[in-house]
Amino acid sequence: MSAPVTRESRGSRATGQVVSPVRAVLFAVDNHWLWYRRNWRATVFSSLISPALFLVALGFGFGSQVTAGPITGGLPYVEYLAPALLVAATVQNAAWESTYAVLGSFKWQRVYWAVAATPLTPGQIAVGQIAWIAVRVGLVGAAFVVVAAALGTLTSPLGVLALPVAIVAALALSAPIVAYSATVNDEGQKFNAIFRFVVMPMTLFAGIYYPVEQLPAVVRPIAWLTPVWHGTELARGVSFGGLSWWAGLGHLAFLIALVVAGTAFAVRNYRRRLAA
Amino acid sequence: MGSDQALVVARGLAKSFGAFEAVRGIDLDVRRGEAFGFLGPNGAGKSSTMRMIGCVSPRTGGELTVLGLDPDRHGPHIRARLGVVPQEDNLDPELTVRQNLQVYGRYFGLAKSAVAERATELLEFAQLTDRADAEVEPLSGGMKRRLTIARSLVNDPDLLLLDEPTTGLDPQARHLLWDKLFRLKQDGVTLIVTTHYMDEAEQLCDRLVVMDGGRIAAEGSPAELISRYSTREVLELRFAPGTQRDAEPLVHDLADRVEVLPDRLLLYTADGEAALAAAHARGVSPVSGLVRRSTLEDVFLHLTGRTLVD
Repeated sequence: MSAPVTRESRGSRATGQVVSPVRAVLFAVDNHWLWYRRNWRATVFSSLISPALFLVALGFGFGSQVTAGPITGGLPYVEYLAPALLVAATVQNAAWESTYAVLGSFKWQRVYWAVAATPLTPGQIAVGQIAWIAVRVGLVGAAFVVVAAALGTLTSPLGVLALPVAIVAALALSAPIVAYSATVNDEGQKFNAIFRFVVMPMTLFAGIYYPVEQLPAVVRPIAWLTPVWHGTELARGVSFGGLSWWAGLGHLAFLIALVVAGTAFAVRNYRRRLAA
Repeated sequence: MGSDQALVVARGLAKSFGAFEAVRGIDLDVRRGEAFGFLGPNGAGKSSTMRMIGCVSPRTGGELTVLGLDPDRHGPHIRARLGVVPQEDNLDPELTVRQNLQVYGRYFGLAKSAVAERATELLEFAQLTDRADAEVEPLSGGMKRRLTIARSLVNDPDLLLLDEPTTGLDPQARHLLWDKLFRLKQDGVTLIVTTHYMDEAEQLCDRLVVMDGGRIAAEGSPAELISRYSTREVLELRFAPGTQRDAEPLVHDLADRVEVLPDRLLLYTADGEAALAAAHARGVSPVSGLVRRSTLEDVFLHLTGRTLVD
């Protein structure tokens, strides 16, 4: 049983110092990464294997029944599907990290409170959570691209560009959800509602499996408001071409605006809760 | 910085949550090198005060200076030199013991090599070296609390804040912790402790304030408070519940002060044995009679009319 290093009796012996915001966020991401290194196997089915199975079953299996035509831009269905499934994979991967992980860090494991007692600010903790989501979906997205390429479903090397698009699309959805999760104190029905009424319908009706032009005209505008639709349009655009530059910029601007607004609200809500 | 400069100065410090006033204007000074205590029941405002001193909760009113700086303007700089042991553990259960220390050290801007070295030192201090690479989840409550204290020292803090440090621990774990905290104090770390245990306050604190309902009721060393607000000895007369009120008028003049509790009478007097003999002589027949010395619990009872633990 030994005492720590002896101290001087005058002056400050504290070795801690304030870190720059960038390093602060990096340390927060590193914290999440350490957890993920130990736990990634538990998540690999839902995060990677499941989307890959969808690609095979729907792309090759169902797709064999779909004639390449104007709807799929003349491509085999599986190639039409691949970039959009990438977006679906990143979006779904962000879901748990935006909801239960945030609540757990506030309420059960309370890790955020521990970090709030260090020089880090609540805003840096919020940005760290969102930055980590980008890293995590980026890893899974990259793995999906490798699988898709191995299956021969990438039309061209440009398909890799769909990865950054998919990351931004996932953040566009998850940043606002992180902001919302920061206000939640009991998981009850609230997260279920998000999955059932937001995430799930989005993956079914926002242009992943078929163009939204197939939807009744009256509900089409709802799809246009979703990050998934903008993400799949942009992902297909960079993979196959055929997207005008101003439309592409428009999609990108919409996604980035959601990321920025979501992050701003997340910072505000983290401050309200951690610095009450 | 002079050695007699106060590390924490508060004047009229106040904190409200909406309409609820948790802290209603308190004044205090915490001097370098001392162990300073907040003694009071749950809901007294101790934790709210600690969170303001810890620069994670902005004050609603009054002045507060910590380590010479204003928490509203220099929060991160102050936090860089503080150590915090919270009331509820917030260790990362998915990381190992060692990783918890290392990750935390990085948040204070310590270099990776410095952090690794510090983690090893702290593991030894907490007597957790053999658990270094085990997960946190299966550790006992006492081990987790030792790890939390070790973690709070990763940045060699000038000031260590401990919020109810031994709540929920068994007696052996409590004494082990008090020993560690005493060694830290000997080493020059200034401690601020909140507690609702009078024995903890008496054991650890050089000076303390008694806090109740958001206000400070008294201040001083444990010995000063006892001599000011209580007598040297206390005679406890235990009765069948309800009957103590009948005995009260009979013993009323045997002591400086008599407190009526649900199941006993407390007679505050300089000589408890004499009072006990006199009570028997008057025909008072309690279930049991006990003479003990005064404690901070008696101080609190005198100041507020209530016990520390409701």
